[in-house]
Amino acid sequence: MEVTKVINATRTFKIGEVETQALRGVDLSITNGEFTALVGPSGSGKTTLLQLIGLLDQPTTGSVFINGKEATRLNRDQRADLRKGAIGFIFQFFALIPTLTAYENIELPLLLNGMKPAERKARVNEMLEAVGLGERAHHRPDQLSGGQQQRVAVARALSINPSLVLADEPTANLDTENGKQVMDIMQKLNKDTGVTFVFATHDPRVIKYAQRVVTLRDGLIVENNGNSTKA
Amino acid sequence: MSQLLKMAFRDLGRNKRRSILSALAVSMGAALLLLFASVLRGEIQSAIQPTIQLQTGHLQVRAVSYNENKISLKWEDLVANPDQVIAQIQSLPQVAVATPRLVASGIVTAGEDSRGVQVIGIDPASEANQVFRQGLIAGQFITPDDRDSIVVGKPLADKFDIQVGEKVNLLVNTSNGNVDEQLFTVKGIYSTNTTTYDENTVFMPLAKAQTITGTENHASTIFILLKDQTQADAVAAALQSPDYQVLTWQKMTEVISQTEDLANSFMYIFYLIILGITATVVTNTLVMSVFERTREIGILLAIGMKGYRIMAQFLTEAAVLATGGVVGGLIIGGLLVGYFAVYGLPINVGAMGISGYLIRNIIYTQLTIKDTIILTVLTYIVTLIASLYPAVLAARMEPVEALHGIGD
Repeated sequence: MEVTKVINATRTFKIGEVETQALRGVDLSITNGEFTALVGPSGSGKTTLLQLIGLLDQPTTGSVFINGKEATRLNRDQRADLRKGAIGFIFQFFALIPTLTAYENIELPLLLNGMKPAERKARVNEMLEAVGLGERAHHRPDQLSGGQQQRVAVARALSINPSLVLADEPTANLDTENGKQVMDIMQKLNKDTGVTFVFATHDPRVIKYAQRVVTLRDGLIVENNGNSTKA
Repeated sequence: MSQLLKMAFRDLGRNKRRSILSALAVSMGAALLLLFASVLRGEIQSAIQPTIQLQTGHLQVRAVSYNENKISLKWEDLVANPDQVIAQIQSLPQVAVATPRLVASGIVTAGEDSRGVQVIGIDPASEANQVFRQGLIAGQFITPDDRDSIVVGKPLADKFDIQVGEKVNLLVNTSNGNVDEQLFTVKGIYSTNTTTYDENTVFMPLAKAQTITGTENHASTIFILLKDQTQADAVAAALQSPDYQVLTWQKMTEVISQTEDLANSFMYIFYLIILGITATVVTNTLVMSVFERTREIGILLAIGMKGYRIMAQFLTEAAVLATGGVVGGLIIGGLLVGYFAVYGLPINVGAMGISGYLIRNIIYTQLTIKDTIILTVLTYIVTLIASLYPAVLAARMEPVEALHGIGD
């Protein structure tokens, strides 16, 4: 089943009088359980494509579907609702709320989804254990290492049982060991829970984790190795 | 709600100094509003009561043709046989005291200096003049039989540098339009702590005033104090007669109410300025906070938080700031108002010369519960309104732009 589908998407940014075409007509389909890497040099459009799939941005032309629903027809609040329940995000910078503890950061999307307190508590603890941070639950981001922060971000993204987790350069700010740890956790969760991962990267060590590699250049998909079957 | 509050406290705690200074700005705003409201109210009271006590009484009975501004001494403009009129007035149970006064304009000269004054002939023994007797700070008060003695106010004595026992020349208008003059001994110096009154008013016994002005057995007015000032209209109605005009204290202090209305209008402008400054500080704090947290707002939007929830977050922070600020304002304002209510706020009214408007030299602040509630709630609401712009700014951010740290 297709978790997301992008049809002939273009994205043009206008800065002053200058127009830049970040995507020039992209078609992409991601099915349930994939562990897919979007690769390409800087400026190739991989982050823009990830943002369109994540409903953080709208294509200039073309369509984006999430779980069969055409998201490009939805309004701002409806897109927020879809993100809230179906999409988890992991960013290059350790995107945690600095005033909240690891526990509270993971709890936040569950609160937004209206989960009951007892259920929420169990789920947060389960996620903390899954990323090996049970002991660090009540530490704030500035008391955690970069790798630990990114693991909290992974736990937060997975806490809502999303259909799709989008990761933008998830290891870019981590050393080799922490980068490997984060990728191992993501791969394990993909295998254990079947959740679909799409990550943008240009790090060869990360690419080797992918079951499928989609290569972009100058806003177009130039290579799609098509290995979309789950390993 | 508890989550919003928890996050609000933590967000404000990130930059404690800025948050405290912003709350302090709200506190100072609220405290200033309370202080000025209490000064204004205190001033109204300090104007009306002395004016009644010294100048107007609760009621005055005058001849129909008497014009206060002209200080006429013609017999037809005066009350004849005042004792008979007073006897009639005092038969009313609401009346505490009624006493005749004869008012004439005059000029006091001492050495090279001279000054225009109001000469008032009074019954020195009357209860209504107790305020002057009690205000005596040097010498003695005049008696009904004195024929060459006067009492003068302290500011006048200071101006002429005269002491008790010294003589001054007093020139007085008379009923036939001429003037008469005589040397008088300053028997006493009084102070009512009302500079505008004390520096312009000289007292002598009624009989002497009638003699020097040629107004034999006449008075300018019958000055009446009531047991209860709210009875003024009822007593005035009872005293109505075609031969006299009866004026109530409300009518005679009209100029005070009009001046206070004017002062109030200026005060509202002043309130607006204070609240405007407070609002600007709060808006500035929260706008800075929005820009500092742009990327966080992007994260919140990415995980599905809606604009209204982000707006609620910033409004909650503003509410916490406003609550802290208003509580601080109540404490600071309460202390200031309390201090000036006990020790008074000295004001220089020497130069103020609004006719019929007497202000004591010290204003004792007065704060009503109603004023406190209105001004506190007003400060709170203005602070919340001031936070609307930054809250909307945050709520309207696009996720992608916010994640890249680009504000609106």
